[in-house]
Amino acid sequence: MKIIDIQNQIIEEFEVMNDWMEKYEYMIGLGKSLPTMDNNFKSDSNLIKGCQSRVWLHAELKNENIFFHADSDAIITKGIISILIRIYSGQSPKEILDSSFDFINKIGLKDHLSQTRANGLSSMIKQIKMYALAFQTKLN
Amino acid sequence: MSSNIFDVENIRLDFPILDKTVNGKKLIYFDNAATSQTPKQVIDVISDYYLNYNSNIHRGVHFLSQQATELYEGAREKLKNHFNAKLNSEIIFTSGTTHAINIVSSGYSEILSEKDELIVSELEHHSNIVPWQILCEKTGSKLKVIPMNDLGELELDKFDELLNENTKLVFVNHVSNALGTINPISEIITKAHKYGAKVLIDGAQASAHFKIDLQNLDVDYYVTSAHKLCGPTGVGMLYGKKELLENLPPYQGGGEMIDQVTFEKTTYADLPHKFEAGTPNIAGCIAFGAAIDYINSIGLDKINNYENHLLQYATAKLNSIENVKIYGESENKTSVISFNVKGIHPYDIGSILDKMGIAVRTGQHCAQPIMDFFKITGTLRISFAFYNTEEEIDFLIDTLKKAIKILS
Ligand SMILES: Cc1ncc(COP(=O)(O)O)c(C=O)c1O
Repeated sequence: MKIIDIQNQIIEEFEVMNDWMEKYEYMIGLGKSLPTMDNNFKSDSNLIKGCQSRVWLHAELKNENIFFHADSDAIITKGIISILIRIYSGQSPKEILDSSFDFINKIGLKDHLSQTRANGLSSMIKQIKMYALAFQTKLN
Repeated sequence: MSSNIFDVENIRLDFPILDKTVNGKKLIYFDNAATSQTPKQVIDVISDYYLNYNSNIHRGVHFLSQQATELYEGAREKLKNHFNAKLNSEIIFTSGTTHAINIVSSGYSEILSEKDELIVSELEHHSNIVPWQILCEKTGSKLKVIPMNDLGELELDKFDELLNENTKLVFVNHVSNALGTINPISEIITKAHKYGAKVLIDGAQASAHFKIDLQNLDVDYYVTSAHKLCGPTGVGMLYGKKELLENLPPYQGGGEMIDQVTFEKTTYADLPHKFEAGTPNIAGCIAFGAAIDYINSIGLDKINNYENHLLQYATAKLNSIENVKIYGESENKTSVISFNVKGIHPYDIGSILDKMGIAVRTGQHCAQPIMDFFKITGTLRISFAFYNTEEEIDFLIDTLKKAIKILS
């Protein structure tokens, strides 16, 4: 599925939720079902700075598409990660770089995150873009 | 003592912010160890200053400047009396605890040498670690650490082993911000003085909770921040014994702190002005004095009793929840509780509490060595002030139980 389609799907899912509690419970559920990351990937070099909880993000290129693996020691953060993986894992570097990250505002997630967590989310997105850029350079 | 003797409902009326709603819920403020709330008596003093006295101090012949100077120096006198210093000139206004520590640490960079030794504790806020590390880098002096035990108490017999003739300075906090432990500073001061070492006590977490008598303690330097005891942010105190402050090189150069200035040589002003270069936070310093008045109008003994009651009450309730582990279990504590719930990240719980209007702190609390000691990445910290109530604690406990259910 295309990035934009997955994003729209997620926006729709969030639209039917009434309050922050539902959104939190949904994200907590996602967080719980995200497979834990291989401990080898939980290295300092995969650690994202700017998060209050620890977040690791690893990426690999397979058949010209990027696959992301990520984990966190906080469950709500894992929920956020799970959403990002659903959208961006398996996409090509170019598609990721061309995509808009506006859906975050549309699902109203930022309003429900504390400033530090919102900063953490921005750091994760930045890191996803960095990987995309690095792999695209490699492919060209 | 039970809470009904202490008229908390009446006291709460002094704090307009406590009526606020956050995230659609009534605010419950349990982050007092980070910053306490400000009563309207103190807020009034700040606005009164700008409405009626605003001008620069120590400089003007005019009426307003003289009045502002009197209020500013009056605040210094209040601090001197409250903390029982010998002289007004031993009280230096600073921008806070951090600034106060840096004045002393940077002064010592011209005093210490390679063979000198400094002693810190494992239980410190980064503010009372990093300035000294910078000092040691400059001078080559050695930094030693008093270890703590599993209860979060300093091991004083280990302190004895660290002391020797080369020890020049010991710096310890009066109360740990991360755990609430009240340290035996009187003993630490006596022991250090036997070797001629000077002692700086970081009182940021102490001054709001009990009476501090500087002369009786015989402490060399004592520092604290106004915003921890119902005063404004960005204001603090450095107390130092007169002869020590006289020999300490100035920290910043500028106006206000000089005696004579020529391009060949400048001589410095007498204490306390030598350390108060530039225009200070005049309104803030006056409000610091007002905060002390406010605290004293209630009485630190009563405050201490009541906060202790809240501490016992909340500790018992938390301990009754499965999988809760409290860090810092000394018998001597202020109303700070650091804890974790097994298997749940403190930040997840903190986020849900926040949504329910409860303000707590999560993370390392600027005290990474303590987290390393317990091999954790952070805790949830709740810290009470005398305007908190049992009902608020009950609500916290209920909400915490719900959060645990959702997150497990
Ligand atoms: C023990 C301790 N020391 C120092 C500080 C730093 O105080 P300030 O930020 O007011 O300089 C704090 C405040 O968090 C503290 O709790």
